[in-house]
Amino acid sequence: MAKPSKTPVVFAPWEDETQKPIIQFKNVTKRFGNFTAIDNLSLDIFEREFFALLGPSGCGKTTIMRMLAGFEAVTEGTILLGGKDISPVPPNKRPVNMMFQSYALFPHLSVWDNIAFGLRRSSMPKDEIGARVDEMLRLTRMEKFAKRKPHQISGGQRQRVALARSLAKAPKLLLLDEPLGALDKKLRHDTQFELMDIQEKTGTTFVIVTHDQEEAMTVASRVAVMDHGKLIQVATPAAIYETPNCVYVADFIGDVNLIEGNSKKVGSDKYEVSWAEGQAALHGSCPREIADGTRVTYAIRPEKVAISADKPKDAANAIQGTVHDIAYLGNISTYHVMLPNGQVIKAQESNTRRLANRHFTWEDPVWLSFTDTAGVILTE
Amino acid sequence: MNYRRLFLIGVPYVWLLALFLVPFIIVLKISLSDIALSIPPYTPTLDLSEGWAGIKDFFSKLDFDNFLFLKTDPLYWKAYVSSLQIAIFSTAITLLVGYPIAYGMARAPEEWRATLMMMVILPFWTSFLIRVYSWMGILGKEGFLNSALMWLGIVDEPLTILNTNTAVYIGIVYTYLPFMILPIYAALDKLDISLLEAAEDLGCTRTSAFWLVTLPLSRPGIVAGSFLVFIPVIGEFVIPSLLGGSNTLMIGKILFEEFSSNRDWPVASAVAVLLLLIVVVPIVLFQRSQERQAEAQK
Ligand SMILES: Nc1ncnc2c1ncn2[C@@H]1O[C@H](COP(=O)(O)OP(=O)(O)OP(=O)(O)O)[C@@H](O)[C@H]1O
Ligand SMILES: [Mg+2]
Repeated sequence: MAKPSKTPVVFAPWEDETQKPIIQFKNVTKRFGNFTAIDNLSLDIFEREFFALLGPSGCGKTTIMRMLAGFEAVTEGTILLGGKDISPVPPNKRPVNMMFQSYALFPHLSVWDNIAFGLRRSSMPKDEIGARVDEMLRLTRMEKFAKRKPHQISGGQRQRVALARSLAKAPKLLLLDEPLGALDKKLRHDTQFELMDIQEKTGTTFVIVTHDQEEAMTVASRVAVMDHGKLIQVATPAAIYETPNCVYVADFIGDVNLIEGNSKKVGSDKYEVSWAEGQAALHGSCPREIADGTRVTYAIRPEKVAISADKPKDAANAIQGTVHDIAYLGNISTYHVMLPNGQVIKAQESNTRRLANRHFTWEDPVWLSFTDTAGVILTE
Repeated sequence: MNYRRLFLIGVPYVWLLALFLVPFIIVLKISLSDIALSIPPYTPTLDLSEGWAGIKDFFSKLDFDNFLFLKTDPLYWKAYVSSLQIAIFSTAITLLVGYPIAYGMARAPEEWRATLMMMVILPFWTSFLIRVYSWMGILGKEGFLNSALMWLGIVDEPLTILNTNTAVYIGIVYTYLPFMILPIYAALDKLDISLLEAAEDLGCTRTSAFWLVTLPLSRPGIVAGSFLVFIPVIGEFVIPSLLGGSNTLMIGKILFEEFSSNRDWPVASAVAVLLLLIVVVPIVLFQRSQERQAEAQK
């Protein structure tokens, strides 16, 4: 979720006309040979943002980072940093540090020297460098491994060294390419909060690539979902989750049930979706105008679908089916309910009772219900 | 220990024993013998028909006289020192010339590399002797180099290059350059480009990234290349005798003269044994540095 700032004012510079973005991509295209890695992309990122890039492998996330860090030149368009075109600025002159997806630790230097590498290139006095490196080691809990070489530590530890090395110089803009992927869950959570804390203190702008949507949800002020070098949706994590603008985003972030049908307008922004013969139409809303008869997708998250033995009295949407499968995930259970037309809908319930006292079991006839505001109607 | 493993370990050891240790023991034995006008031209020879007494007699006749003789004539130690000097200098020059070439090869577009590699190895397709002889044609008073320099008006009189130490250096650097280039190229080729990007990202210029990252990481290649050049150059014989002058002192030349002109096999063998000791020390150092490297890479 968007990080609540200390003041009650919500941090949302992208909604403020007077705010100047720190990074501006203006119609940026990047081609490798005749392969288009980034396709006419425009994007504003604001100071103190924690901007997350999400997307399938090969969609161009690393390429965006590398263009910001200065390792790839744009083919078309411009990238502005603080209002200035950065294309003529070499990587070592940019106020940007990058954590590489491959870590790129110097194999001939110890962990300590790796972290100190960037500081030594600056005009920082020696004793301050020592203090700063020790601080970074403490932050990433690598104090015990300071003297080791990169090949003498584990994959997760290497990742932490790479993170420490990029954080050490406290740059204006930090690019983190999957910074926490190799860490265990607990360490990852702790590090996420450390990162947010660092940002709070230093006001650094973060651009972070992640495959972990939970991470994006936790740390990001905004999330960009990408596909094939294009931005599909850029919005706050909550907006991405609750109101995805297309099937791709809905499907990419979290678990979702997708029901296809034909729409019909029934109110100002209310629509009906008829999805199967002999089944009641689904009710939902869409802020955009949809012509009657358009093929649409009704998207509903499993946790918004309630499951019950009897038909609920005043639910806007109710569908009958049989329990096809139950996935027990500890804190929650996911029921896979088969509808008469063969489609399987997932419904999630939190396990407030012990396993033995579970309501439903395989082949039980059940009712699924949800309100008319729970789902969204998507046209793409 | 199973037999398969024993066999696998055994083969290289038998190989070393037959091709290195046995010849060395023979040479060592000759170096402890005395010169004689016979075939072979030294004495004593082991005569097993006389049994135990023969063996005792044989060993009693071996002595260190030849090594003591090497000490009396300053020619020998001067030749050793001069050989070492030439080997050290030419290794340094080969490194200075070879490193940029290897670097250029490793940074060349992928599709060119095979061709460039081919060009480095190509000279090996012709005989080494022919290549050294052709340098005589190039470096001589009326050679190509002098003709070209005079035609360009850079010099008025032909330069004396052939039969000097300069010609020896040129010949050595030319001959041994591939041995320097290949291991350095191998090290540079392995170098991950993202390390240089990381260095630049952290504030290095291209030049300082080279000194701080590229050079330290190509060290194993530099060490290997230097030994591959240094060790054979110490004992080099063909190049100094064909391109060098009368004042080019190299131990390989002395060795050859003792063997063939003087037919003094025992002294020649003593020279060879000492040379081996000079070469073995760097090899041991090399081995140890390689081991340390391997340990660091683990
Ligand atoms: N130097 C290059 N030459 C040719 N194609 C490249 C080059 N670098 C990247 N690409 C291509 O550009 C596309 C985007 O690559 P990029 O590394 O940005 O993906 P990514 O989103 O970071 O993927 P991942 O999540 O797997 O890291 C890929 O299809 C990749 O094959
Ligand atoms: Mg990537």
